Amino acid sequence: MPDRDHLLGLLRTMLLIRRYEEKCVELYQAEKIRGFLHLYIGEEAVATGIISALQPDDGVVATYREHGHALAMGVDPGRIMAEMYGNVEGVSRGRGGSMHLFDAGAHLYGGNAIVGGGLPLAVGLALADKMQDRKRVTAVFFGEGAAAEGEFHEAMNLAALWHLPVLFCCENNLYAMGTALRRAQVQTRLTLRAASYEMPAWDVDGMDVLAVAEAATTAVEAIRAGGGPHFLELRTYRFRAHSMFDPELYRERSEVEEWKTHDPIENLKDRLESDGIMSSADWDAMEADVADVIDTAVAFAEAGSREAIDDLVRFVHSEGVSA
Amino acid sequence: MTTTETRPESRTMTYRDAVREAMSEAMRSDDRVFLMGEDVGEYGGCYAVSKGMLDEFGYDRIIDTPLSESGFVGAGIGAALGGMRPIVEVMTVNFSLLAMDQIVNTAALMLHMSGGQFNVPIVIRMATGAGRQLAAQHSHSWEAWYAHVPGLKVVAPATVEDARWMLATALEDPDPVVMFEHAGLYNMAGELPADSGPCDITTARIRRPGTDVSIVTHGGSLWKCLDAAEELADSGISAEVLDLRSLRPLDADTILDSVARTHRLVVVDEGWKSVGLSAEIVAIVTEGALWELDAPVRRVCGVEVPVPYAHHMEEASVPQVPGIVAAVHEVTGR
Repeated sequence: MPDRDHLLGLLRTMLLIRRYEEKCVELYQAEKIRGFLHLYIGEEAVATGIISALQPDDGVVATYREHGHALAMGVDPGRIMAEMYGNVEGVSRGRGGSMHLFDAGAHLYGGNAIVGGGLPLAVGLALADKMQDRKRVTAVFFGEGAAAEGEFHEAMNLAALWHLPVLFCCENNLYAMGTALRRAQVQTRLTLRAASYEMPAWDVDGMDVLAVAEAATTAVEAIRAGGGPHFLELRTYRFRAHSMFDPELYRERSEVEEWKTHDPIENLKDRLESDGIMSSADWDAMEADVADVIDTAVAFAEAGSREAIDDLVRFVHSEGVSA
Repeated sequence: MTTTETRPESRTMTYRDAVREAMSEAMRSDDRVFLMGEDVGEYGGCYAVSKGMLDEFGYDRIIDTPLSESGFVGAGIGAALGGMRPIVEVMTVNFSLLAMDQIVNTAALMLHMSGGQFNVPIVIRMATGAGRQLAAQHSHSWEAWYAHVPGLKVVAPATVEDARWMLATALEDPDPVVMFEHAGLYNMAGELPADSGPCDITTARIRRPGTDVSIVTHGGSLWKCLDAAEELADSGISAEVLDLRSLRPLDADTILDSVARTHRLVVVDEGWKSVGLSAEIVAIVTEGALWELDAPVRRVCGVEVPVPYAHHMEEASVPQVPGIVAAVHEVTGR
């Protein structure tokens, strides 16, 4: 059984993601945040569990639904919020927005909004690590929809062929935007895809953060020991719409309600309380602490500034180098 | 005191050898540089550019890839982010469309999307151009598609010296560089001057000075333009031939300066005419030197068909010397 601090840490990270994104919805409705906003609500256990198994030096390549990953990696919540506000204090100076959170210090390589596009990138990061004898692991997150992309297969093959330290994390939330997995792909057992590349793969209850963390720890240790790429299918569910523009015509309300009974936060909270690991006072304190972090983040974003339009064409090429 | 200086001699080599020497020398001097692509290793490169490199550098640095253009170009981008200096070879520009997502959506955009945090020092080389009866899926000149994209530098060495030295500079660049090698040039032998060395990759060069007309071109068409200029000289027309070298950025200053001296412009491009590189050159001149022009401009471009297989049809589909000569006669009126 993991120690108390670890358990409470996992719960707190998931709660931070949940409350942070609930605040994002408010701010979206208030038109502080614009553009696409893809919520991770319901899927918090996946990023939280996987990232808990990584070292600070390990790399992460994520998708456009990556607020949770950034928060779990310890990226400053204020700078994430500032990014969504389109402010220069944002992690990507307001150039990226919700879908393109980057943080070199945290080794977060995006925020990639091309489905499948991040997988080859992760292969290359791992290739560079192997060539330079670094013991890093690169975790790449993607949805089950990406398994239909050519880049998925190309990247899986390359990683296995070259025996690279990549952890493939397939966040199977059953819908690629509004198209159900069973309506789009013949083989819905995604671990079999990995098996065809001779990659160790197992499916994990993505609503159970402890199961995710345990699987990730096993996989990361194996990868770091030279075991080559591993594949995890995290079975999860998105409680909210695909984006703020999605009327959710493609799934039954009852299905959503059924999945909500597997809420990863509620489940861990109940478990910790019934096991006597956490008191209701502990929970209240955690809620208050998370609320504080979010208030501070929003205040930081509110106090932020717009980048000068004169700077528009910066960052097309590296600076300090003659074109 | 007198010393006997050993002055390096100029050398004659093929364009292919020049590219290989550039890659090999970069790999000798920088452990971060490696070459990756389809058949670059055991096969020796589909155009034999990397022949012999596997023997010198081994499998860890000369990496044969599966037929996964998007996968291995994307892996090159990731490796660049991870501190390496990859050279990624894509067999032809036609095949590069399978990797265009990675080249455009990732390599070109990442520095900007990340607010300046992640630059991508990668060189992506590919063959381009017609002339070998390889038909429509191996012969096009789609440089313009990449030259359209902010975040990329696009270069097209046309001479042995540029093939030798532009790559070296491209590898020093902190950002992605796409290098087009006209496949018809690989066998061309040329002189590598003794005093040649690292050069810029963003400016154009006047390859033949002239006073009556500016012929602006790049890549494989350069040599046709020089032949045309020679022929025109016999009829008393002095043609200046400008080799763009860099397709992004375009060296507007050199183009405008040339037109300001000759007052006439012919653009020669193997790519299709509509919405292409030639249109951009003409637009630059229209915006920057309209009143310098004494005659309407002319473009000699790829005919707007897929490049056909049959030799005579292929020849007819891309710019040739007689067409360039005729266009110059038109704009000079003599």
